[in-house]
Amino acid sequence: MELRNISKGFPGVIANRDISMSVERGTIHAIVGENGAGKSTLMKTLYGLHRPDSGTVAVHGQVVDFRSPSDAIEAGIGMVHQHFMLADNLTVLENIILGAEPAKAGVINAREAGRKIAELAKSLGVEIDVNSPVAELGVGQRQRVEILKVLYRGAKTLILDEPTAVLVPQEVDELFDNLRRLVAAGTTVLFISHKLDEVLAVSNRITVIRQGTTVGTVTPAEVTRRQLAEMMVGSDLPQPAPRTTQVREQVRLEVKNLTVARVGQRDLVRDVSLAVRSGEILGVAGVEGNGQFELCSALLGREHSTGTVAIDGNDVSRASVRERMNAGLAYVPFDRQREGLMLTSSLWENNLLGQEEKFTKFGFVNVGAARAACRTVIKRFGVLTPSEEVPAFALSGGNQQKLVVGRTMSMNPAVLLAAHPTRGIDVGAQAAVWEEVRQARDAGLAVLLVSADLDELLGLSDRVIVMFEGAIVAELLPREATPELLGTYMTGAKVGS
Amino acid sequence: MKLSRRARLLVLFAVPIALMSIVRLWSGEDGLTSSDTIGASLRLSVPILLAGLAGLWAERCGVLNIGIEGMMIFGTWFGGWGAWQFGPWLGLAFAVLGGMLGGLIHAIATVRFNVDQIISGVVLNLLAFFGVRYMSDLAFVGQPGGGVSQSPPQTSAIPRFDVPFISGGDLFGWKSPNVLLSLEDSGWFFIGDLAGILYGLTNNLSWGTVIGVAAVPATFWILWRTRLGLRLRSSGESPTAAETLGVNVIRLRYVGLLVSGGLAGYAGGILAIVASSYYRQGQTAGRGYIGLATMIFGNWRPIGVLGGASLFGYTEGVKLVANDAISTLFLFVALAAVLLAVMAVVNRTTTRGIVAVFVSVIAAYAYLAIEDVPQSLTQSLPYLATLIVLATASQRLRPPAMAGVPYRRGESH
Amino acid sequence: MAKNRNVIDALPRPVVTLLSSLVAILLALGICGLLLLVTGKDPIAAYRTILETGLTGNKLLEMLKRSTPLMLSASAVAIGFKMNLFNIGVEGQYLFAALIAAEFASRISAPPVLHVLLTLMVASAAGAFWASIAAMLKVTRGINEVISTIMLNFISLSVMQWLFDNYMRDDSDGGLRVTTTEIAPSGQVPDIVDGRLNGVWLVALFVVFCYWLIVFRSKFGFRLRSSGLNSSAAQTSGIAANRMIVVAMLLSGAIAGLVAMQSVVGEEYAYGPQATPTGFGFAGIAVALLGRNHPVGIVAAAMLFGFLDSTSAVLQLSGIPNSIVKVIQAVVVLTVVIVNEATARYMNRRTAEQTAAALRADKVGA
Repeated sequence: MELRNISKGFPGVIANRDISMSVERGTIHAIVGENGAGKSTLMKTLYGLHRPDSGTVAVHGQVVDFRSPSDAIEAGIGMVHQHFMLADNLTVLENIILGAEPAKAGVINAREAGRKIAELAKSLGVEIDVNSPVAELGVGQRQRVEILKVLYRGAKTLILDEPTAVLVPQEVDELFDNLRRLVAAGTTVLFISHKLDEVLAVSNRITVIRQGTTVGTVTPAEVTRRQLAEMMVGSDLPQPAPRTTQVREQVRLEVKNLTVARVGQRDLVRDVSLAVRSGEILGVAGVEGNGQFELCSALLGREHSTGTVAIDGNDVSRASVRERMNAGLAYVPFDRQREGLMLTSSLWENNLLGQEEKFTKFGFVNVGAARAACRTVIKRFGVLTPSEEVPAFALSGGNQQKLVVGRTMSMNPAVLLAAHPTRGIDVGAQAAVWEEVRQARDAGLAVLLVSADLDELLGLSDRVIVMFEGAIVAELLPREATPELLGTYMTGAKVGS
Repeated sequence: MKLSRRARLLVLFAVPIALMSIVRLWSGEDGLTSSDTIGASLRLSVPILLAGLAGLWAERCGVLNIGIEGMMIFGTWFGGWGAWQFGPWLGLAFAVLGGMLGGLIHAIATVRFNVDQIISGVVLNLLAFFGVRYMSDLAFVGQPGGGVSQSPPQTSAIPRFDVPFISGGDLFGWKSPNVLLSLEDSGWFFIGDLAGILYGLTNNLSWGTVIGVAAVPATFWILWRTRLGLRLRSSGESPTAAETLGVNVIRLRYVGLLVSGGLAGYAGGILAIVASSYYRQGQTAGRGYIGLATMIFGNWRPIGVLGGASLFGYTEGVKLVANDAISTLFLFVALAAVLLAVMAVVNRTTTRGIVAVFVSVIAAYAYLAIEDVPQSLTQSLPYLATLIVLATASQRLRPPAMAGVPYRRGESH
Repeated sequence: MAKNRNVIDALPRPVVTLLSSLVAILLALGICGLLLLVTGKDPIAAYRTILETGLTGNKLLEMLKRSTPLMLSASAVAIGFKMNLFNIGVEGQYLFAALIAAEFASRISAPPVLHVLLTLMVASAAGAFWASIAAMLKVTRGINEVISTIMLNFISLSVMQWLFDNYMRDDSDGGLRVTTTEIAPSGQVPDIVDGRLNGVWLVALFVVFCYWLIVFRSKFGFRLRSSGLNSSAAQTSGIAANRMIVVAMLLSGAIAGLVAMQSVVGEEYAYGPQATPTGFGFAGIAVALLGRNHPVGIVAAAMLFGFLDSTSAVLQLSGIPNSIVKVIQAVVVLTVVIVNEATARYMNRRTAEQTAAALRADKVGA
């Protein structure tokens, strides 16, 4: 497969420009780049989800023009998306054969389909029950369904978009085994990632993308991790600066025996007790989906839970979200678009959300003051926008995040729940957000920091706890926590003290 | 108590009939299980059933359909007009086409232009209601027996038949015995009631009704056994995934809505051609909405819809044929609640037991205290039943994941 | 084409909105013209009749009068829409309220202004009560309000019939009157223009003003709209979803309760199954959609519908079925929701582009 001078723009931004690379048959070819470097845009071009503005794609020397994914499928290209493209209420079999059903006069031949899937599963080295609904499968199994789905269509080239993001290390190893098996059988794998160790471990060749364009192609033998990282970022890696501890005596957030139960499921949060002191940042590590979200929701008062929560010594276990906020709790949500923003509303209205009490006179909103407050946030957090009148959807993801963080910080909280506070924002802004959090901490803020970015977690936190299947399985100091050690705890392979 | 699946189904089927039999013998009121009541219930169930299936087809492909009522209105008008002009069979065909017209409008608004699906449905209902008035103005005003709110009566009807051997139907000119009727007349415990129910379901059947009921297995077979069905359901479960696999979600939603409209139109046609012999304004009487409730109650599955529609049809049937027997329904509820209470004691589920006892006492009191329920209040029975059913059943439902969410090609991801 | 887009690009947002609505109305008139033509009627003559008779003084007063229930009903619906609640039950709420308020007004005696005020309050309370059932079902049992309000419309009709037949019908006249007992003069609202425009019209305008004040300017309104735009974000920010649902539904029902008051305290001085007009609940949905839930839009849309309605009698006289008026209204709403959707998408893209352009210009400048 060969790409020549691919460019693709979206209103206001250029996602890809002048990308060229060639992929050899029967190899694992990695494409690495930072978040937002344009990897996913490129993959969508390859898969026919949109057409490039200029440039050509050639498969086996033939120039192709994909108008839809089915064209790509026809050319033997299959894609495993980062967010699984599976229908939860359909069975594994239905998900796999969808769009390529073996049928006679329109009636599906389920038996033949089942046999073919069983064969493919065998060649991949996995076991799966084709008749169970996808809703009942775990993450690793779902990914296997995705891969089977692509193979079922006879794909000779497999595109995997950030396949390891949701997997625990053991599952990653299994995945890599599966991929090596496939490549040995003549399949080509395009592997998109920003995790350099994995890329170095599994791929035959590596293409680096930065700011929408190709920087170069190397083999793992030629480069070190450090060199690759520099190619990716373009300059030195950002590292949270080392700091002196500011932890004081006063406990600001105290949680005892917090449990979130769901009927018919295992507990989402299991008997969690923790305390965060004034001036302390407590990091929460864990693979996504191990109860971090539910823990934050329960602390915020959105999720029903048992156990006690106290803020500055006041028991708020039965308090509403608003009462907890008044007691000093603030929250940077996991998903800014779902939980943080009203996309079609202006920035000042978004900034007002959650602090409308403060800007109300006789029951009516004081629009002037609300706008001024928003302008302050925009300035202090460097939100790139022409004015506070712009609707939130018009901003880039990073600037939306800055607004959400800014709004939260400007409430002057006593306790901050920050979930992925720097997700999706550029390096410069990341440093600015870290600095703000640090300053507030030094002024006495207590922070519960949930992050998937281990560098961020270890760099900012005074202590780190690890969550696995809803429970705290370890508590560590950043200096004793290596990424490797954290990884063992995060997978539940070991339970610490 | 562990029972096999088959045994449990048998119990679920037999116990209510036994209870009804007890009620009949106790009160001397045989309206609850008489073949007349059941026959009326069947006729009244079918439009609701088809409306429910119309909702199922629409939501399975990912589009909410509040506009079923409007599509049914189109069905009644076009059916009434077609049957008056060209005879009952072509009338039914016109009813289907009329409903499909409604489905097409809904599809254009929601699928092509991404209009909010509920809004589009509500507007469609308005459009249908006023549109057919205008057409009546043109087509029916001045005709003998016709007017702005009513079509002239039809002169012929869809043929009816009795099932041979069991319900006295003709077989090649030979009149077969009517076993069920004689059994019903015997009035024996259980057997008399069972025979009454079966006889109600098998005598004086209209072919229009039979075709309507056949839509249940047809829907199941198409949606769960064919390629089209799988693709259609995937459009409602995960349109993005479907699109990446080369499924044309937009086209399938058109297909789903056209089928939905056709079924709703047929439901309207039944009302105007089978259940009566003329089109009348307001003939649908909210059955489109009840159909939607049936779909929810039936957990978006054809068999479930059939069950829900039977329940609603039955309450209407009792109301229509045996209004006096309505108060005995309280007795039935009281007995059923006693039974549930006993089961709760066996299974040691205290809260459920208390609720059951409570319901039983209330129902028993109602049976003894209320002489006859005013006609004006029994009118609301099906609607009330809908709310009660939704209030008790809405927790364990599995709607299509993406029904109601507009889909635009290539926009997500 | 490109040139045209540049012209539109330069227009401010409200102008584009207004233009798109006008385009939708013209489109609807075109479609209905076609319908008339196909069915053998002369569309030009029909539209000319509508314009010529509609624009006379008396007809304009009738237009205002007819707009009264529409403005009220549309405001009731719009409050729900603003937080993604579909109150399809305005129909049942206002009819129920009309019966209760008429019965109440006929039974009490009070000084003139107070009598009317009390009646209106009872109407609002009754409307809110009926709406509260749907609110409670949604909050406690998770039942979608679309289904429940539709069911409650039917239940309302049968409960009312029962109440009316057994307890509230005026039987002083040997059963000839099919209404409640007539309200005493102290409880009647006088006309502004004799026989043409009733004082309740001013009440409706006032309610629309309050709708604007509450929804668009108050803290409560901000919370309401936030819940509608992103309920999850609103809850995360401490806005209690269930309480908002209940309050919004109660407010909606309270306004709905006033819909038939022009008839009850201004015209018939009683409630009657035949005397009290029906169908305004659904017409209100149409008006709210046409007016885009904005107070000015609602007033304008109610006027437009009132205008069309006022001409329907004359239309019949000139040989065109007056039912076409309702068809025009329904088609207008259909085209408006479609055109709105297309316009919104266009405006969003435009805003995104202009924002990006402004940022680029900033960068170059700096």
